[in-house]
Amino acid sequence: MISLSRINVTFNTGSRTVVAARDIDLRVDEGDVFGIVGYSGAGKSTLVRVMNLLQRPSSGDVVVNGQKLLELKPKELRSARKKIGMIFQHFNLMKSRTVYDNVLYPLKSSRMPKADKDRKVRELLELVGLSDKLASYPSQLSGGQKQRVAIARALANEPRILLCDEATSALDPKTTLSILDLLRDLNRKLGLTIVIITHEMQVVKEICNKVAVMEEGAIVEQGDIVSIFSEPKQPLTRDFIHTATHFGQTVEKIMSHPSLARMGDDDVLCKISYVGSRTSEAIVSDIATRFGVSANILFGNVEVLQQTPVGSLIVVLSGGRSELENALAYLRSLDVTVDRLDSPEKATLGGERIV
Amino acid sequence: MNDFLNRYLPNVMENKSEIWESTYETLYMVFMTSLFSAIFGIALGVILVATDKGGILANRWVYSILEKIVNFFRSVPFIILIALVVPVTRLITGTSIGMNAAIVPLVIGIVPFYARQIQNALLEVDPGIIEATQAMGSGPVEIIFRVYLKEGLTGIIRASSVTVINLIGLTTMAGAIGSGGLGSLAINKGYNRFQLDITFIATILILLLVFVCQFIGDYFTRKSTH
Repeated sequence: MISLSRINVTFNTGSRTVVAARDIDLRVDEGDVFGIVGYSGAGKSTLVRVMNLLQRPSSGDVVVNGQKLLELKPKELRSARKKIGMIFQHFNLMKSRTVYDNVLYPLKSSRMPKADKDRKVRELLELVGLSDKLASYPSQLSGGQKQRVAIARALANEPRILLCDEATSALDPKTTLSILDLLRDLNRKLGLTIVIITHEMQVVKEICNKVAVMEEGAIVEQGDIVSIFSEPKQPLTRDFIHTATHFGQTVEKIMSHPSLARMGDDDVLCKISYVGSRTSEAIVSDIATRFGVSANILFGNVEVLQQTPVGSLIVVLSGGRSELENALAYLRSLDVTVDRLDSPEKATLGGERIV
Repeated sequence: MNDFLNRYLPNVMENKSEIWESTYETLYMVFMTSLFSAIFGIALGVILVATDKGGILANRWVYSILEKIVNFFRSVPFIILIALVVPVTRLITGTSIGMNAAIVPLVIGIVPFYARQIQNALLEVDPGIIEATQAMGSGPVEIIFRVYLKEGLTGIIRASSVTVINLIGLTTMAGAIGSGGLGSLAINKGYNRFQLDITFIATILILLLVFVCQFIGDYFTRKSTH
């Protein structure tokens, strides 16, 4: 659906050269909800603009809907863009037009009969749940409503792809969820391929099936959401996930308040993570009965990503040294990932030491 | 009533028809100049925005040349500009004096000012909206007519009313080339002949004209704001 290969984007700002994208390879398949996360300045917005050539790359290939965009003439590019919808952080609605006219705008240049256009606009507004706001001006709408209008407008030419540039970043958490619900719906009902740029892993967790993590213009890690969440390889990815799951704060808290863990000398502090059906099995009570190792659960979290549960626990295991070894070996044999964390006394404040 | 006017505004009462004629001349010059300036000024303003760095038709050469021309004509004092453009005036109207001849320097004098105002008005259109329409596959022409000119309408109206008010001021100077109008009335009849009441009435009429323009401008500005 979308394939970027060896994309480089550089900006020359006077004497300085800024590299916004370096050597990026990316593939988005039909039906994907593809998340691109990174902190601000990582080059995500540049990258998404390369997908419809709002930003021309300095080098590389852009293939969208089977067309090599860089080889198109201006007119062909414009019609290719009609098949790539886009929504923005600040909605970018036309203030002088009503909701109805905003959605009508992209249809104006099409040869569709007037009655069909009218029907189309009404259908789209129905789809996003704003049928009662036809005659309102954007200034009379809330942020979430504005984004809905923007989505209706982006879908007017029946694109196969929707690019979302920080589309929920200006919205409150509740509205964010409702917009994400709408996007998920569109993905399922219309088979719309969606690319989401965001700095919030929460958003990715909510609806994406694939994710790429960006830093300084490069993609440091990408893959399907379940494996990224259960086995992040890069520190940055881990950072993002820990923020989203509150795991990071918890570890920090335990490290800075050793009393929370109340650990004995031989006790082991570890993180147990599991994917899929393991979540429903009572592994913790299992090791207690089998090995006589007691587990004090300090933190637990389960995410359901693309219908797959992904969970993690922070526990203090206490028992005899050999029993502990046996218990850990047993856990590992169950396909459960066990990471020993440094005990709080040894850890430096705020550091996350995952062994 | 007539007694009162005859006593306090004797010269005005004597020159009534001339005052009406001058008013007509001023209105004529303002109207015709506005008409031409609207076309050239908006076109120039749009081209400036479009060819500016980061514009939809960015072109460094076109932009910097046009900008220098605009700056040049804006810097020349109008009374000198009138004399400076006489050859052009003669080329276009066949004469260098009179009401119609005055329209040429008036247009040349006001267009750069208006174009700048238009440019500023259009720059206030949210660049995000332009980007969104580009993403929707709109071409430059469509963006100019259906986005810039529509989204920037409030600013354009505001710029227009400021410009017309400015223009009314300029027409009074066009008296220097025998254009007639309220400006030359105030100078030739009022000042040179010591008929202060005529100057006074000319002032009142000019102010009235300015107020009307301001009022119309404000009305449409309000109407176009959503």
